[in-house]
Amino acid sequence: MTSEDFDPNRIRKDFPALDQTVNGKPLVYLDNAATSQKPRRVLDAIHNYYEQDNANVHRGIHELSRRATVAYEEAREKVAGWINASDPSECVWTRGTTEAINLVSVAWGLDHVGEGDEILISVMEHHSNIVPWQILAARTKAKLRYIEIDDDGRLVLDDLGSLLNERTKVVAISHVSNSLGTINPVKEITEAAHAVGAVVMIDGAQGAVHTKVDVQDLDCDFYAFGGHKMCGPTGIGVLWGRKELLEVMSPFQGGGEMIHIVERDQSSWARVPNKFEAGTPNIVGAVGMGAAVDYLNDIGIERIEAHEREIMTYALQQLGEVPGVKIYGPKSVDEHSAVISFTMGDAHPHDISTILDMEGVAVRAGHHCAQLVMKHFDVSATARASFYLYSTKEDVDRLVAGLDQVAAIFN
Amino acid sequence: MESPQLSSLYQQLILEHYRNPRNKAELDEKTVEIHMANPVCGDEIRLQLRIEGDQIADAKFIGSGCSISQAAVSMMTTRLEGASLDEADALAVRFTEMMHGDDSAAKDKSLGDLRALQGVSKFPVRIKCALLGFDALQEALKKEAEDVGGEPN
Ligand SMILES: Cc1ncc(COP(=O)(O)O)c(C=O)c1O
Repeated sequence: MTSEDFDPNRIRKDFPALDQTVNGKPLVYLDNAATSQKPRRVLDAIHNYYEQDNANVHRGIHELSRRATVAYEEAREKVAGWINASDPSECVWTRGTTEAINLVSVAWGLDHVGEGDEILISVMEHHSNIVPWQILAARTKAKLRYIEIDDDGRLVLDDLGSLLNERTKVVAISHVSNSLGTINPVKEITEAAHAVGAVVMIDGAQGAVHTKVDVQDLDCDFYAFGGHKMCGPTGIGVLWGRKELLEVMSPFQGGGEMIHIVERDQSSWARVPNKFEAGTPNIVGAVGMGAAVDYLNDIGIERIEAHEREIMTYALQQLGEVPGVKIYGPKSVDEHSAVISFTMGDAHPHDISTILDMEGVAVRAGHHCAQLVMKHFDVSATARASFYLYSTKEDVDRLVAGLDQVAAIFN
Repeated sequence: MESPQLSSLYQQLILEHYRNPRNKAELDEKTVEIHMANPVCGDEIRLQLRIEGDQIADAKFIGSGCSISQAAVSMMTTRLEGASLDEADALAVRFTEMMHGDDSAAKDKSLGDLRALQGVSKFPVRIKCALLGFDALQEALKKEAEDVGGEPN
């Protein structure tokens, strides 16, 4: 599919926050890997929900409660569709990707991982796909093992066979890296993990934003993603899990909504997914994320992917020509999603970010919640420019012009 | 709101200390060492002092990070050698005041080269970079006071 009929300048008009000046310059927002801006359609959905339908879900017989419940469950169908889940009840609402991963590490992990068992993750993971497993390993006396990365920021999979064995209980891996942009071969990893009987959890915080996800085709066991990086609100995310697994898992938190019958000494649990949704959920968050999916579906993920690829090709080339710039991550756009981590000569990423900010260009500087990646490349931080459907070649040009300022100060 | 100027932030003196940091070395006979990091951005220093009586006999640091954090700690160490513990504490207080926009502090000669960092106060997100070294210093002084105070006499 070509991106010929795709006009990012028209798309930008849907995003009120993009239309402003920062430090006297038109804003160039290149921190999309941290969070995306929100289209008016999502803002309206949030507003309308509170103005017209607001009530608690699954609790009242009255009309507003019915509407709120319908909106909440319809949103679930939408996010299920986004990742091609066969059954919306396999989608559990969470606070975000982080909570989804913690849900699995606790509710599944504590019952299935024991002393001497192994948990396999990678050096590339976001802290939210490392720390929950470290906590689980410490509690259960399991062993945490790592897939290494190479100097192009790709997983070293040649010796995957030696990292997997019958003691491997879970493999947790990111679909797309937030610090390097690497697109991982999660389907192959899943196949290898399943061959030794391990359960596979995919961190899709970036994957579900930039690629077409099909959990049935990936054949994984859990897939976590969130609303705020894909045009939706913060505070909402999804854990997709295989029905058979979700059904036998222990609950995560206790409270209202997740119970069937409460007695003095014990209780029984509601069905999946409510079993994992204790308390009043983030209803408006779900509604907003549903609206984001509608918005993105109207444009089409294939067209967004094609557009991002075009921007990335241009950005890798333009940034690559700036003297002193070193780009981390895979060289080819086939393996490199819309994130560019870079350093520039002596200028610390923090200084780069301040100088760019004065030019109205927003990038992130730091370790990007991936300290193990920084350690691998022996840097304390990188600057990171990340793109999305509304990014343009002019944005890239403004970034490059900003880097000229960096050179002027630091050379 | 008018935007602050980059030139007020990146003074030549700051860039000069960033490129040629003073007192950046391991201190062999240190009596106190404080490791401070800024987890948000990865700035990191280890401040090492040799304290003799109530005087700082030597001050060195090891670190990595942005120009502001590294220049500030470099400049700070140049003011510490030979200073009394009270003077060191006063320096930290004065510098912190300057970071919070106190103009009289910015004119205070006791701050020496550190006055070049005044412009940082106009960049709120960078203030914590400039304060990293002084946070370590204050931590070191606190530790020293506890160690001394804790000794029976
Ligand atoms: C790869 C990856 N995993 C996990 C997360 C955590 O997502 P959240 O903070 O929204 O829970 C992020 C986002 O920061 C991410 O990029």
